[in-house]
Amino acid sequence: MTPRLLFTEAAYLVASVLFILGLRGLTMPDRARRGMRMAALGMLVAIVGTVVKAEIISYGWILAGLALGTLIGWPLGTRVPMTAMPQRIAISHLFGALAATLVGVAEFWSRGNGARVGRSQMAALGFEVLFGALTVTGSFMAFAKLQELLPSRPLTFKGQNLVTLAMLAAAAGLFGWLVAEPANPAAFFAMVGLGLLFGVSLVLPIGGADMPVVLSLLNSYAGLASSATGFAIGNNVLIIAGALDGASGLVLSVVMSRAMNRSFANVLFGAFGSAPPPSATPATEVVVRSITAEDAAIQLGSARLVIVVPGYGLAVAQAQHQVRELAQEIERNGGEVRYAIHPVAGRMPGHMNVLLAEANVPYEQLRELDQINPEFKSADVALVIGANDVVNPAARDDPAAPIFGMPILDVDQARQVIVLKRSMNPGFAGIENRLFAFENTRMLFGDARASLAAVVQAMKAAG
Amino acid sequence: MELELVQLYVFILAGFVGFLVITRVPSLLHTPLMSATNAISAISLVGSLVLAGSDHGLVARVLGFIAVTSATINVVGGFVITDRMLEMFRPAPRKREPK
Repeated sequence: MTPRLLFTEAAYLVASVLFILGLRGLTMPDRARRGMRMAALGMLVAIVGTVVKAEIISYGWILAGLALGTLIGWPLGTRVPMTAMPQRIAISHLFGALAATLVGVAEFWSRGNGARVGRSQMAALGFEVLFGALTVTGSFMAFAKLQELLPSRPLTFKGQNLVTLAMLAAAAGLFGWLVAEPANPAAFFAMVGLGLLFGVSLVLPIGGADMPVVLSLLNSYAGLASSATGFAIGNNVLIIAGALDGASGLVLSVVMSRAMNRSFANVLFGAFGSAPPPSATPATEVVVRSITAEDAAIQLGSARLVIVVPGYGLAVAQAQHQVRELAQEIERNGGEVRYAIHPVAGRMPGHMNVLLAEANVPYEQLRELDQINPEFKSADVALVIGANDVVNPAARDDPAAPIFGMPILDVDQARQVIVLKRSMNPGFAGIENRLFAFENTRMLFGDARASLAAVVQAMKAAG
Repeated sequence: MELELVQLYVFILAGFVGFLVITRVPSLLHTPLMSATNAISAISLVGSLVLAGSDHGLVARVLGFIAVTSATINVVGGFVITDRMLEMFRPAPRKREPK
């Protein structure tokens, strides 16, 4: 082993250790930043270890790529607002998977179109380009839906699942053929094409509310594509980093699916809410009691414990800062405020926590489902802001409801429930919410941001 | 031992370590976790660099250039945005001043 090679391998080992330590930092909020600095250092070490490699004979294209990537990446890191985080993450899955796919394609092409590719290397390349290609287009579709370039409702057609599965089967068939006979460029590129199509048809029928699962799965696939790249080009740091990413995406997908009480298969092929059943009781016929901002202010002003339940509607209305202001008013009046964060509130795992942290809510006040549910009994007011399915009692007691069995926040146990809602439309699952008609529920209609501002003003006026 | 077997060992052990660490990350930090693992898996930059810099012809270089660009976007953007998010997670200020 030459000293140069030894240096590269040592750099990769150091980088791998730093990545693991970096992720471990994320287990504690106060250590997380330092941990991620270690991971970033690890990346730098890995890059330095790579550019000294003997195979690299020119630096022109490398420097151009690094410069252009930095130019695009910097604003994507510093400018993108926290509300746009889900689509930001989707687009970065796309970039990661694109890099892995292109490395795989170039590797195949530069080895005489597969003529000098061994069988086990072909297996690795196959995984790499398949996972890569489907993640590229799948992430793009997720991005388009989250950015509302496409409708976020499920887009379905008759026999869709059959078409999707047929594509998957065809790709798997080509994959098997390639492993048997690697020198087959037509099969290779057809497989890449099928992977791209499969990604589109996988994400098209998935609705906005299921995006947390999809983003987690795509995260996992992007990691697995990186790992497969490592197998294909014989590079351990790629295998390790990719495996970490793959494991993380998988863990998150399981957490998300569990929070919706659904299986992967159901999320991917269920086309949840594609055809909301015509409701027996039209929205307007549900008897609800509304409340004015002034009355809500009185309730909140005298409350000792207020639990805020934020949902995606809060992010849409960009009302996180108004929530924080309201919490300050409640605290000034001697009340206590906690936030109940459902795992699938928002469009990606943990999204609501980030939005509230951005509005300077101390993280100790952000509680998970299991922690907060026993506390609703002692809460004076549960303030539901733009959340629907995660507080829908049908999940507890209506076996016919599509969300039956999903763990929900028991807001109805609070003495008073105030629901901020734009109008009386059913939630994403297309289900009517009986909570709105409960004895102890009051509806505060209007834009969440404007409503909250009005409540804050009324509280301030009352002193 | 065959190289492929060693690689498989590495993959499975790394996945196992990943599983043990990630399951301990609180849901509070799940968004930063996702952007962090995204930045880390942009390690495919390493493969892209070799592709863009070695002598496999123009096609490989152009593909390598695009791959380096996309991976760098994730490295730079990913670590920056993760840090930006983590900076916002602050504990409650300790109240010491008398009322």
